[in-house]
Amino acid sequence: MKPFTYERPGTPAEAAAAAASTPGARFIAGGTNLLDLMKLQVETPAHLVDVNGLGLDGIEPTPEGGLRIGALVSNTDLAADARVRKDYAVLSRALLAGASGQLRNRATTAGNLLQRTRCPYFYDTAQPCNKRRPGSGCAALDGVSRQLAVVGSSEACIATNPSDMAVAMRILDATVETVDAEGTRRRIGMADFHRLPDERPELDTTLRPGELVTAVTLPKPLGGAHVYRKVRDRASYAFALVSVAAVVRPDGTGRVAFGGLAHKPWRVEAAEADLPRGARAVAEGVLAGARPTHENAFKLKLAERTLGAVLHQARA
Amino acid sequence: MACASAATAMAAMPTGTSARPAGGEQPVMAKVGLTVNGERRELELDTRTSLLDAAREHLHLTGSKKGCDHGRCGACTMLVDGRRINACLTLAVMYQGSEITTIEGLGQPGDLHPMQAAFIRHDGFQCGFCTPGQICSSVAVLREIEAGIPSHATADLGKVAFSEDEVRERMSGNICRCGAYPNIVAAIREVHEGARG
Repeated sequence: MKPFTYERPGTPAEAAAAAASTPGARFIAGGTNLLDLMKLQVETPAHLVDVNGLGLDGIEPTPEGGLRIGALVSNTDLAADARVRKDYAVLSRALLAGASGQLRNRATTAGNLLQRTRCPYFYDTAQPCNKRRPGSGCAALDGVSRQLAVVGSSEACIATNPSDMAVAMRILDATVETVDAEGTRRRIGMADFHRLPDERPELDTTLRPGELVTAVTLPKPLGGAHVYRKVRDRASYAFALVSVAAVVRPDGTGRVAFGGLAHKPWRVEAAEADLPRGARAVAEGVLAGARPTHENAFKLKLAERTLGAVLHQARA
Repeated sequence: MACASAATAMAAMPTGTSARPAGGEQPVMAKVGLTVNGERRELELDTRTSLLDAAREHLHLTGSKKGCDHGRCGACTMLVDGRRINACLTLAVMYQGSEITTIEGLGQPGDLHPMQAAFIRHDGFQCGFCTPGQICSSVAVLREIEAGIPSHATADLGKVAFSEDEVRERMSGNICRCGAYPNIVAAIREVHEGARG
């Protein structure tokens, strides 16, 4: 690991200012992903701004009938919150499907949104990777791509977003709140928060340099069956091959998004109109334009079948 | 681990302060005060020092093990302010004022924690390398179930109760290459039933 300086500011504005004024600065909250990457020298920050003292660890009701989740609320606390369990069960389920008990205790809401891909070529500094080293190429295109993207990918990058939580937040129409060094606040819808790789795969999100996530807000609860189903190579503590987050109303209408397929949580609103017609009809719309590799083409059928299982569970 | 030198900077860690200056290749030193197994400890550490290395290399508490050093195996599991975490994936300087419990703090020969005794009784290990992490994790798992924190194995998010499926799911972050899992589950069950009885 490269040496770095460290500070622990007391307010979000100070944290954003510290990040903006120090070259090579990164925020650290739980550190469960960042430190892993620093040990491998995939990430080499010169300065860490520890945001654990900012007091952003509460979950409060909003005037609109939703919830405002502080950026530092742990994945454990968010999944266990009585309001989330009752009114946003798909979010609890998604969180509990991710990582391990130890990691969920330390991982935060904002950190979960900002975690980097687990593409093996992003982690291997001996390999080309446009996300890690822009312009160096993509070893995954002809490499081991079983876990990687089938839709929304580019010639530059076929990485997937590894988050389960973000898939649930996408169908809940969550909003990410931020502050920058000038104190300017911004609200970014989940649809616009994560990017597709296009020619700039080094950018995972639409955050600006130094911009600090302060909270994630959820609109008022969505009625219906909340289901999160994750298919992976072992029964626990593994990233998704495919996951499905859905809220399905008794008449069969609803919302659905997929994890494990793309560089961002993959939701195609236009395809949701087909939910009452079943998984195959929805999958056709969701996976239109898919460009799988020979190793991950199985994900197309797996996504359809996982959605089928989710719709069956929602009806039960 | 690099030593302090004239070129390194030191700073205390309370909120609002910082370890500066430098960057570059010189190690940066910082002070941190922790309570470890009930004892107040003051350390001066390279900012890069993980909580695991602080315990093992600086406090000579070598019960917590370094397996993968990437949060995948759970051998480093400690309790921090009552919660289990991977001590390898976190920096010691981030824990100013925190209460840390390692396997040494749970119990000692002659005065074992009930979970340590149950692991021995049920043969919940073979080589023993993962065992300190398994035991720290097990103690926290029973507390999490008691506190009503759900898991992926919880059928009804509103009703959290002990079961062997719950234990297996909740212990998935602790790998045992010897495969002592059935006996680990038996040990945890016994402690759960003992606590209830």
